[in-house]
Amino acid sequence: MDVVSDLKRTPLHDLNVSLGARMVPFAGYEMPVQFPAGVLKEHLHTRAAAGLFDVSHMGQVIVRARSGDNADAARALESLVPVDVVGLGEGRQRYALFTAGDGGILDDLMIANRGDHFFVVVNAACKDADFAHLEKHIGDSCELTMLTDRALIALQGPRAETVLAELWADIAGMRFMDVRACDLHDADCIVTRSGYTGEDGFEISIPADRAERVCRHLLDHPDVMPIGLGARDSLRLEAGLCLYGNDIDTTTTPVEAALEWAMQKVRRTGGDRAGGFPGAETILAQLTSGAARRRVGLKVEGKAPVRPPAKLYADAEGKTEVGHVTSGGFGPSIEAPIAMGYVPVALAAPGTPLFAEVRGKYLPVTVAALPFVANSFKR
Amino acid sequence: MLKFTAEHEWLKIDGDVATVGITTHAAEQLGDLVFVELPEVGSTHSKGGDAATVESVKAASDVYCPLDGEIVEVNQAIVDDPSLVNSDPQGAGWFFKLKLNNKADAEALLDEAAYKELVG
Repeated sequence: MDVVSDLKRTPLHDLNVSLGARMVPFAGYEMPVQFPAGVLKEHLHTRAAAGLFDVSHMGQVIVRARSGDNADAARALESLVPVDVVGLGEGRQRYALFTAGDGGILDDLMIANRGDHFFVVVNAACKDADFAHLEKHIGDSCELTMLTDRALIALQGPRAETVLAELWADIAGMRFMDVRACDLHDADCIVTRSGYTGEDGFEISIPADRAERVCRHLLDHPDVMPIGLGARDSLRLEAGLCLYGNDIDTTTTPVEAALEWAMQKVRRTGGDRAGGFPGAETILAQLTSGAARRRVGLKVEGKAPVRPPAKLYADAEGKTEVGHVTSGGFGPSIEAPIAMGYVPVALAAPGTPLFAEVRGKYLPVTVAALPFVANSFKR
Repeated sequence: MLKFTAEHEWLKIDGDVATVGITTHAAEQLGDLVFVELPEVGSTHSKGGDAATVESVKAASDVYCPLDGEIVEVNQAIVDDPSLVNSDPQGAGWFFKLKLNNKADAEALLDEAAYKELVG
């Protein structure tokens, strides 16, 4: 059986292959894991100049109120996320979480207010389940459309603004988490100033038939290099950002995952629109009293990377297991191995010494504040 | 005598001692290495057993012992600078020297032409 033929391809597949990408299966798609430069150089280039990522495997969904009043769509979305969507201004975007009845996380996503509708971006592996979830719970009040005819790219790094400004002069007026419609070489695009690297940058939704042309224009710029999923993962790990399926899933709550910042006061106990989302009872109680365990950063002493699902111990002999690693690897910008994992709150303070089991050895690690690399968003 | 394994190791055999490393093809596939762990000098290994570990940014991989034998020397230089394995895999990026239990076993390994055919 030819397994490869079962995989979907993005509108940028031919471009990726022509650039020498090594393609791997990811979330049902054939995706570039790295280009000839390699993960290390791609990572460092993104932090120093600008990296171009094909993230077209992610789900792009339009949520439009059947009433024609966008506030109805905002209220509908609020019934599924512990996040202030009603208060999200036109032209603004916000991080959100689809929660489950027990307080677990079904997916993490971005929600943008486009004035007469909301533009939602979800994870590739979850997009069909997310769409069914939306249909089931808010399909009566909202018209839902999965945009299957659009590519999604990210341009990330300190030179991203300068590069994109050469295609679209208005870009400098955008600040972190703004969303705008724009015309890039006759392509009708949706641009957000956001990303998944900790760097300033943009994510751009492009009609599929124009995507390669826009990307080639960007790649023509000497500051831009194509970047694969390998560097995307090391960049987001250094930025302390969660990978759904590793760091957060249906067994972790937003409070355990240290994502309190994503839940605005208006949705918390005492707020005007407190609760009213799946798992509210558990999540609101944890916001008040804390959870038993917490996601933390881990700095690894020595050079050996600590990868999931390495077990974490309180002692160097491996007697008292206290948690496990959910993401880990080498951080090219800090030139050291780093990881994230879950530990009891009593052991979650930065500086707490722990031990990670790697190939039968117990390597010393230290709980560290996140992010590992300071972000450089243009707020 | 230069020999290869299907697991992408090379062996340069001099008397009953083989210098062992990973092939250029393997180094390219692994990508930039950031960590190397080598066996203890004096440890004995069986053919096919784990002898070393290499890690790229993305993943960890085992390096197998190509024949039965005892480790008599390791290359500390690649522990200090794993990028040596990428820049010179079949030279300065060698891993360890293995004193073979039975040097005749090496005859059964691949020669360079057979290995090249294997990796296409």
